[in-house]
Amino acid sequence: MSGTEDEVEARRAATEARNRVRFEEEALGLSDQVYRVARRLVSSREEAEDLVQETYARAFRSWRSFTHGTNLRAWLLRILTNLNIDRGRRKQRTPDEQPLEESDYFLYNRLEQSTRDGNADEDRVVERLSQDDIVGALAGVPHDFRDVLVLVDIGDFTYQDAAQILDIPIGTVMSRLHRGRRILKRELADRATGDM
Amino acid sequence: MAGYQIDPCEKCEEVMQPYLDRVLSDAELREAEEHLAGCSSCAKRYRFEESLRQFVRKCCEEEMPPELKQKLAALRTPL
Repeated sequence: MSGTEDEVEARRAATEARNRVRFEEEALGLSDQVYRVARRLVSSREEAEDLVQETYARAFRSWRSFTHGTNLRAWLLRILTNLNIDRGRRKQRTPDEQPLEESDYFLYNRLEQSTRDGNADEDRVVERLSQDDIVGALAGVPHDFRDVLVLVDIGDFTYQDAAQILDIPIGTVMSRLHRGRRILKRELADRATGDM
Repeated sequence: MAGYQIDPCEKCEEVMQPYLDRVLSDAELREAEEHLAGCSSCAKRYRFEESLRQFVRKCCEEEMPPELKQKLAALRTPL
């Protein structure tokens, strides 16, 4: 009977509307975290804002493809990183063309050498770096490495999440993360010790 | 002649990132901790790395502009 069919349809539509509202609220609740990651993936605040807006517009359009109960933050970041790649910002050097970075103790050694007191404690050594040094150095890390670095070290994603977001194997996440951190330290050493 | 042996500080440096990411195996973790307990030079470099990571995170905390929050809310499907 059409009356019953209408009722079924009305119930279905009401359930869908409720699910959509819940999805949108949950997604909006994560926007600060999404923005923080976006801000470090691209170079300007304007670009980050555009990217986040585009991400949410797409997320709200395709909310049905999100599986409730899975990681929504990772799902949003996957949209965001794909949009960022689509913007054709991959014209930098590829990982293989990167020069070999210094070792992991390199930055500490350089900072320690540049202080008069060779026994300065490690907290004081970190104080030699400024926020500008960090932000500038991070921007100097090539995209492929920076994407992983930002997701794991700033966005707090696991290796596994980062692998899914970027659609790369977990081993690649680990190697890019390790090299990315070393490149970051090399950049920091250049800035902090004035050897540009 | 004695066989080639890896410098323990060099080995410790190699495992610093996985150590701080807590992904070392139990055996590797024990080995690193034993070395760190007796080597102040490596220990302070590990502590530096930890405080560096915290500092990087802190430096990247940036509030989302309130206008952006409003723009995102406006993208919601009208009821």
